[in-house]
Amino acid sequence: MALTRQQIAKRVSQELKDGYYVNLGIGIPTLVVDYVPDDMAVMFQSENGLMGMGPFPTEAELDPDLINAGKQTVTCVTGASIFSSAESFAMIRGGHIDLTVLGAFEVDVMGNIASWMIPGKLIKGMGGAMDLVAGARNIIVTLTHADKHGNSKLLQSCSLPLTGVGCVKKVVTDLAYLEIADGRFYLRERAPGVSVEEILEKTAGEVVVAGDVPEMDL
Amino acid sequence: MSGFNKVVSTYEQAMAGLQDDMTIIAGGFGICGVQQGLIEQIKKSGVKGLTIASNNCGLEGYGLGILLENQQIKKMISSYVGENALFEKQLMDGVLEVELTPQGTLAEKMRAGGAGIPAFYTATGYGTVIAEGKETREFDGRHYVLEEALQGDFALVRAWKADTFGNLMYHRTQRNFNPMAATAGKITVVEVDEIVAPGDLDPDEIHTPGVYVDRVIQTTHEKRIEFRTVRESQA
Repeated sequence: MALTRQQIAKRVSQELKDGYYVNLGIGIPTLVVDYVPDDMAVMFQSENGLMGMGPFPTEAELDPDLINAGKQTVTCVTGASIFSSAESFAMIRGGHIDLTVLGAFEVDVMGNIASWMIPGKLIKGMGGAMDLVAGARNIIVTLTHADKHGNSKLLQSCSLPLTGVGCVKKVVTDLAYLEIADGRFYLRERAPGVSVEEILEKTAGEVVVAGDVPEMDL
Repeated sequence: MSGFNKVVSTYEQAMAGLQDDMTIIAGGFGICGVQQGLIEQIKKSGVKGLTIASNNCGLEGYGLGILLENQQIKKMISSYVGENALFEKQLMDGVLEVELTPQGTLAEKMRAGGAGIPAFYTATGYGTVIAEGKETREFDGRHYVLEEALQGDFALVRAWKADTFGNLMYHRTQRNFNPMAATAGKITVVEVDEIVAPGDLDPDEIHTPGVYVDRVIQTTHEKRIEFRTVRESQA
């Protein structure tokens, strides 16, 4: 069975470590917040200028001046800090964020990512994604393995305008966990009940399957 | 002895000198930390052909969105178009010129503009359309793009507290682009919740020193929320 959005987030959460500073993109990455292991302390950065983003506020706590990068009202956790956008991106660009998780339209075997524009159809802008992929040491991309017509999003070469080049090393899809190295995808884990054959069929870029591919432990 | 008194009492005074085809640097992220009173004054003044550098362009009926509706903007320099359908439509139709700029690069362009740095290298955008036509250079085996600084005829800033000398404190994530915008305008205008006497703000706690600020006005506008997300309070 293909993973749900929540299960993708849960698999991503296994990459967290105690003491990590983490930036989560909009969409599936946001759900990772719900799967931080109880014995682990993690701080979430919101690139509009908050380190230590907490849950949504109660009615009593609601503050129009306290929002996340998705423009939702949030709270600060104990030990949070607030700073300007320039400082926020100094943290990102300077490599001070331990893990970045973001969504994408496409990734390819060279670690390139396309996530911000579909020519003629959709222009939302890149927001902070180009800065994040250029600056983060450790990037996980989440996306569905193929679109609803079955077209692979894991390609030999991205077809859409790029967000960044040679920056993605880990990909979690609804079917698999893959790593990118030496111009190839390496299939490391498969979603429970999903066959290696199905994953290969839905991966357009070159994939290496080394030995038995274990099922994800969710 | 009022040489440092930056306080003005009307929005007309606050935006005096704004003319057609000027460039404005505006703080704000989404509609958090936007200068609603100053923006409404710009709408009222009817100036046209503006170039505005701001992360977003407000919403329909709020923030910079009202200048978009009134066709007073010639060009936007922004990182994110989403959430404003008119922005996206004017961009797709080619009515509005838009220089899409990565968010961190935009912040740094403002910071550099205010700090006397004409340009800087960043890895952001290397190998993408953002780097097209720009100088690139390799440092220590990594590729970087040369990005030029931004300066404005006016800078619009939203803050929490100001003293009459224009020293500022921001509240929560209202800060966002406002401190950089404050440094990057020939005339920097600040809209605040509260104006206090010099000495009422602790010098250690001032976020933007008054040296950058030219005019301060106390706001008459309520803040809005773009996405109101709440959880149940525990009984």
